Amino acid sequence: MQASPVTELLERDGGGGFGQSGPLGGGEGSGNPGVPQRAYVTGMILALGGILMFFMALVSAWVVRKGFPNSDWQPITPPRILWLNSLILIVSSVTLSRSRRCLVARRDEQSRHWWGITTILGVFFLAGQLLAWRQLAVAGLFLATNPSSSFFYVFTSAHGLHILGGIAALLVVAVRPPQRLTRQTATTVVAMYWHFLCVLWLGIFALLWLGK
Amino acid sequence: MSSDSRIAHAAEDMQAGFLRRYVFSTDHKIIGLQYFFLAIAAVTIGTVLSLLMRFHLVWPSAHLPFIAGGIMTPEQYLALMTMHGTIMVFFVLTTAPQSAFGNYFLPLQIGAPDMAFPRLNMLSFWLTLLAFLVMLSAFLVPGGAPISGWTAYPPLSGLGDITGPGEGMGQSLWVASVLIFCVASLLGSINFISTTIDMRAPGMTLTRMPLTVWAWLVTAILSLLAFAVLFAGGILLVLDRVAATSFFLPAGLVVSGEFQTHGGGSPLLWQHLFWFFGHPEVYIAILPGMGVVSHILANFSRKPVFGYRAMAFAICAIGFLGFLVWGHHMFVSGMNPYSSLTFSLLTVSIGVPSAVKTFNWLGTLCGGKLQFQSPMLFAVGFVSFFVTGGLSGIFLAQPAVDTELHATYYVVAHFHIVMGVAAIFGILAATYYWFPKMFGRRMSESLGKLHFWLTFVGVYCVFMPMHFVGIAGGIRRYADSTGATYLAALQPLHRFMTIAAFITAAAQLIFFYNFFRSIKSGERAVENPWDATTLEWTTASPPLAGNFAGRFPSVYRGPYEYSVPGAAQDFLPQHLPPEELASGGKERSHAS
Repeated sequence: MQASPVTELLERDGGGGFGQSGPLGGGEGSGNPGVPQRAYVTGMILALGGILMFFMALVSAWVVRKGFPNSDWQPITPPRILWLNSLILIVSSVTLSRSRRCLVARRDEQSRHWWGITTILGVFFLAGQLLAWRQLAVAGLFLATNPSSSFFYVFTSAHGLHILGGIAALLVVAVRPPQRLTRQTATTVVAMYWHFLCVLWLGIFALLWLGK
Repeated sequence: MSSDSRIAHAAEDMQAGFLRRYVFSTDHKIIGLQYFFLAIAAVTIGTVLSLLMRFHLVWPSAHLPFIAGGIMTPEQYLALMTMHGTIMVFFVLTTAPQSAFGNYFLPLQIGAPDMAFPRLNMLSFWLTLLAFLVMLSAFLVPGGAPISGWTAYPPLSGLGDITGPGEGMGQSLWVASVLIFCVASLLGSINFISTTIDMRAPGMTLTRMPLTVWAWLVTAILSLLAFAVLFAGGILLVLDRVAATSFFLPAGLVVSGEFQTHGGGSPLLWQHLFWFFGHPEVYIAILPGMGVVSHILANFSRKPVFGYRAMAFAICAIGFLGFLVWGHHMFVSGMNPYSSLTFSLLTVSIGVPSAVKTFNWLGTLCGGKLQFQSPMLFAVGFVSFFVTGGLSGIFLAQPAVDTELHATYYVVAHFHIVMGVAAIFGILAATYYWFPKMFGRRMSESLGKLHFWLTFVGVYCVFMPMHFVGIAGGIRRYADSTGATYLAALQPLHRFMTIAAFITAAAQLIFFYNFFRSIKSGERAVENPWDATTLEWTTASPPLAGNFAGRFPSVYRGPYEYSVPGAAQDFLPQHLPPEELASGGKERSHAS
């Protein structure tokens, strides 16, 4: 076999099946012909799986470290501002859903509006978390004070860094949308991430509050 | 995008500068080669470290000009051991079979133009390279490389340089490198899985995927779940080291006469987190080899893989069970005997899918028209080492037996044969097999055969006696076993192993000569030199950017249609439609 039969075959088919295989079509004119939009959603689901696994490892460490007999664990009461922060994050999830629905309904201006509010709420949440840290520090509870405070700082900072990444993603999509993703896909992927972080936070908060 | 503009795009890529084409490339093939050469550099360094250790075991008081002080200290020996293990596990066994060959051939085998996220792919490679450089830099800092082994057990790894040379800056660099490597692997695995799920050519159903693709897919899933856990453990270890927390450091430690202020943590917690990653890591190293070997055995037996579905299922089963057995690394940690029993039973149960694979490999060979070219030899060698190393694993899976054999050379022999050598044979089989596709030339067959026989016999000479040393009580990680009488009696075996190790290592020079000479001046390879069926053989050797010259294949049948009764030729390529096969695959009618 000298010449590849596949080339002639696909000439007949009119330029290859790959780019047409995705339901949302290929990235026309992009540097990488034929990446279906659903691949970005798949990638985000997988990333969330990895992030969940990371936090599950921390949770299991928390369970083990707390559960020792004769443990040096001294429970700390999480600062009350966390309730407010949780509320802010839940509201930001709601506003992000609204932004997506406006985009689907082709009300672009409103979509941008809610998107911006979500971003601001994200910043408020982070500021609230910093305030919570400040309150703990004032009470004399630092990273190395006790295993319970260690875990508190580890959980909140790991989650906070992910939120920071989420804020960056919200800004990037608003200011300089990526070329390979359609607006629809970019919005979906960022929203998946944000909602996941909201639910993750509620889980962490419940753990810190109920499991203290 | 039309095929014309795709070709134009590919041509444009070809004209891009050297830097964009070979260094900062987003082409999965270039990135695959970058990973491959990174692994070659790593395996060379790792082998030199192991030879130094073998030399020291036999001649402990020899003067070595390149070592400060002339005579190797026990701590320097431990540093060699730590770096040998770490470099080999992360930068060879994880990097070569999955990142290198997976990157190069997964998109080709599923008929895709590239990975789903090419720039993420490039980032993964550069992070891996950064991790490698950070790891190597541990040799150069005051105190040298860490001494806590590739498992980095606390408290040794958690307290800083009071616990020994290399535990200060060296261990910090080690943790930093591993954390960077975790991120690179996580990004890489997301790319592999997304590509396999969403980038397959029309007709490439899951059960038409080559077993290599199955193996890379399951390995990527293991990477995603396991490296996330190692990352979490690594973060906590860093905090124990630099922020005075006590996740892993127990109370009341007195090290070198100094009381340690840490309190209440558990070294076993690190062991659990580490081995929850560490055991799947074993399968991350070996599963791609299993895929490659299945692929090659079918090709060179001119027979379909025996029990294709069972093989794919066995890969998934091994991957799943691999997450449930980490406790068998900790039988002597004082765990509850019922936990030991559970981990033991689960460990032994991995024997079932492993046996399915072994018998199906033999079933593939049985009655085939066997062609013993270099790739085939190394594939059969893989099966041999997998069985040998797997069988000693069944003994170690018994808590009672493991209590005796733990931390002896028996364990070293076991994991080197099954995880090290078998995986390396998978890598070598893949190299000989895909070399024509990667470089457009062929490697020398006679040098390949010589390389195989020297390596095959040599490796057995290195590691078989090691089992006996272990059973006799030879303890691993001891820098010098001439002091104790019962250990001194094992020295003749050690000497034999060391000589065998040097000869086997020298035999690898044949491979390097063959490899680099063939890149420059090997015989030109055709598109499909092995008469193989899968999609990577339908395009140029090496393929251009975009892989299929802008014309992407459709798939009409399974990956291993060799010697199909009544067919015109002894292999049916995946991409040929049935009506073309009827006319012998040479002429075709233009239906539309």
